[in-house]
Amino acid sequence: MSNNNGKAGSVKQYISIFWEFFKVGIFTIGGGMAMIPQIQQVVVKDKKWLKEEDMLDCIAVSQSMPGVIAINSATYIGNRMKGVKGALAATIGVVAPSFIIIILAVTFLGAIGENKYILGAFTGVKAAVCGLIAVTAVRLAKQSLVSVFQWILAVISFVAIGVFGITAIWAIIAGAAAGIIYNSIRFRNSGHLKDDVNKKKGSTCERNDGKSGEAEK
Amino acid sequence: MMYLYLFAMFFRIGLFSFGGGLAMLPLIFQSVQDFGVMSSQEFSDLVALSQVTPGPVAVNAATYVGFNYSGILGSFVATLGVCLPSFVIMLIVMKFIEKFNDSKGIQGAFVGIRPVTIGMIAAAAIFVSESVLVNGSLISMKLFTGGVEFFNFIPIAMFAVTIVLVGVFKMRPIRVMILMGIAGAFLCG
Repeated sequence: MSNNNGKAGSVKQYISIFWEFFKVGIFTIGGGMAMIPQIQQVVVKDKKWLKEEDMLDCIAVSQSMPGVIAINSATYIGNRMKGVKGALAATIGVVAPSFIIIILAVTFLGAIGENKYILGAFTGVKAAVCGLIAVTAVRLAKQSLVSVFQWILAVISFVAIGVFGITAIWAIIAGAAAGIIYNSIRFRNSGHLKDDVNKKKGSTCERNDGKSGEAEK
Repeated sequence: MMYLYLFAMFFRIGLFSFGGGLAMLPLIFQSVQDFGVMSSQEFSDLVALSQVTPGPVAVNAATYVGFNYSGILGSFVATLGVCLPSFVIMLIVMKFIEKFNDSKGIQGAFVGIRPVTIGMIAAAAIFVSESVLVNGSLISMKLFTGGVEFFNFIPIAMFAVTIVLVGVFKMRPIRVMILMGIAGAFLCG
């Protein structure tokens, strides 16, 4: 009995993963980053499938690996939740809208690209995506950056990528190197690694980092 | 046999797609032309269609080329091809990360990677704004010398309204996008 319930429950969860990613797919307009505000809202806030840190890791890994970013992220999140089957549900979900819409568009609306209302609607959605990404970035910064070191890294990365056009993967590699060096120095000085382990688990009660972060404000 | 070609072609596109978005179109065009299944007219139709359809450009292209080539089965094969590299690579990489997750190196790396990712997301707002909020590159002298024509005021207003709706009133992302889509159809159309 309980086995059956478990099965039904997990089928329901696969459907839920599929459906949430289907919605994400519909509104991925203006590049892969357009997914992030929605993923943050649904996957992190509403459903609590992932923690904020996990989402950031997901974005970093998705950007650093070859492949289609939307599919990389869907695979990451689905796999994190429910293994390979979860990854499959999320990936099919995020791809399905494109697939269906392109086929419908080619079949029924040869000249969809010339329709000025549709073009206008896309301009509107992209303007919204721009604002959504900005708000999400600020929210993530407030919630996830817990030390002066991390704030500095975030600002450098923003300027390097946004202003100087550095490719994201180089910024991520540089960030990884900086993090490893920083952590090993801290580890040597304080003698316990636990501080940074706590950070990963989303703990806010960090001694050193919490203090320095507040001192800055 | 031709389905195998289609699959292999988009598998390669998926595998070598880095950075994503419209930056992938040249690679797609080149590969598709090598296989001789697409005219430049079709390609420019695809570019136009990608601008007004949601979803990853690579997936849109795969579905489009596959469909023109041999209907729904063709689009299925091409889309499967373009998705598979992402899917497999991510599963392998995640296995690898999980395996070494407790190592000091990986944990330290993510302490540095997370802030960089946040900076990257913020930078994405700049990229999306280009050719939507402003005509051209935002980070340029045009910001000062471009005059009124450089700025698209209606989208800028929508951008500002979005920030208020989401930042202050906590409106949900999809609702804001639908709202601005409708507003854009009338105001920007």
